[in-house]
Amino acid sequence: MKITLTVNGDDVALDVEPRRILADVLREDCRLTGTHLGCEQGVCGACTVLVDGEAVRSCLMLAVQCDGRSVRTVEGLSGADGEPHPLQLAFSAEHALQCGFCTPGFLMAAVAALEADPGAGAGDERVRALVESNLCRCTGYEPIRRAITRAAARLAARPGA
Amino acid sequence: MKPVPFDYVAPRTVRQAVEALGDPSREARVLAGGQSLIMEMRLRRATPRLVVDINRVGGLGRLTVSAQGTGGAQETGAHGTGGVLEVGALVRHAAFERPGAVPGPLGRLFALAAAEIAHPPIRARGTMAGSLAWAHPASEWCALAVALDAVLVLDAVDGARAVAARDFFLGPHLTAREARELLTLVRFPLLADGTGVAFAEHRRTCFSFAQVAVAAAVTLRDGVVEDARIGLANCADRPVRARLAERSLIGAEIGPPGARPAAGHPFARAGAVAAERDAGPVPEPYADPDYRRHVAAVLVRRALREAAADAERRPEGVDR
Repeated sequence: MKITLTVNGDDVALDVEPRRILADVLREDCRLTGTHLGCEQGVCGACTVLVDGEAVRSCLMLAVQCDGRSVRTVEGLSGADGEPHPLQLAFSAEHALQCGFCTPGFLMAAVAALEADPGAGAGDERVRALVESNLCRCTGYEPIRRAITRAAARLAARPGA
Repeated sequence: MKPVPFDYVAPRTVRQAVEALGDPSREARVLAGGQSLIMEMRLRRATPRLVVDINRVGGLGRLTVSAQGTGGAQETGAHGTGGVLEVGALVRHAAFERPGAVPGPLGRLFALAAAEIAHPPIRARGTMAGSLAWAHPASEWCALAVALDAVLVLDAVDGARAVAARDFFLGPHLTAREARELLTLVRFPLLADGTGVAFAEHRRTCFSFAQVAVAAAVTLRDGVVEDARIGLANCADRPVRARLAERSLIGAEIGPPGARPAAGHPFARAGAVAAERDAGPVPEPYADPDYRRHVAAVLVRRALREAAADAERRPEGVDR
């Protein structure tokens, strides 16, 4: 089946079987291997990407469902000049990753939440709720929460924010 | 695993969708949110020949309140106001978390329940109607549907029919829906202003299904229970409305609001009745029937206490 995805701003024409999962098409056809697959059943969150701005599990969507839609992956986070996204800088500063397998999913879930509502990064309870959807087996979550809080403050202070 | 090969259609109208579903030569499945179906297909427990993706069908994403509904609503009783909430097949779980999405006590109850469903990325895709059609015994929406007298509208090539929630659920993943039918709309009678609501759920982790969940809606007059609705999730092979527990509450004096109700309190009694007589839990890993009856008794008592407190915070006419 012929479909067109807008992946990180670029239109990509693809010919995929209906049974192909979005995450597999991103990794194998688009060669964007930053999207990780852990559990492949919607639990771990490593495969989280944005479809039309909303954080979704790319392991639980068919690529053909996304025909004509906009998909954003972790590769699309950095600026045009290659400068990392404030969340990526904050994850680095706060040591919010060790093995890094879960990191793309946390970043995309956090980006979606902060872009939809900058207040999602303010307050312990809200940040806790935000990381509830993803698994990390290294950090114990505390550095991830600190990183999101730090990035949220930075984003809120940005001109035009 | 990867799903087995299948054909895929993405109809634009309900008519096209039910025509695709009506083709008896191919085992078809409806894809709405896909958060259960695609997982089942990955595990190859579901191997449809045809997937009918309804996400591009116009008009199914509507969440509307009408004064009387277009028929089908019933048993308004002391709870109802005559108003009806209509939920289209593509309304996502997350829609009910937005403040004011549904008016009054029904909106508060739905917001509480939606927050217990999986986690935000699942709630961004999964739909209420999909959850009802999937009919998992632990589903929050299924328990609410039977407790609140929802009506489900099923469309087929030869017309539509309305089925009451109490007649819809026949067992785990087993419903009155025929394979050729599409669940297009769910109707809920609105709850009257002044109704107190609560939702209590117990699960092992954020990712787990409910071991037990309880929805409660109560109407009080001068400290006496006038009406009560109790829905139980994962307390049987299908969602349960705890009618015997409800009946035990009617006319009961609940006394002053406060701490945990004592053993003889009407809420504690209703919890015991719900757990011992309304519920019929089946064995499952980590939670045998005795344990789940115990949890159900605790959660029913807790939900009733919270619903009563909610009602007392919002005396009649001061709602919203």
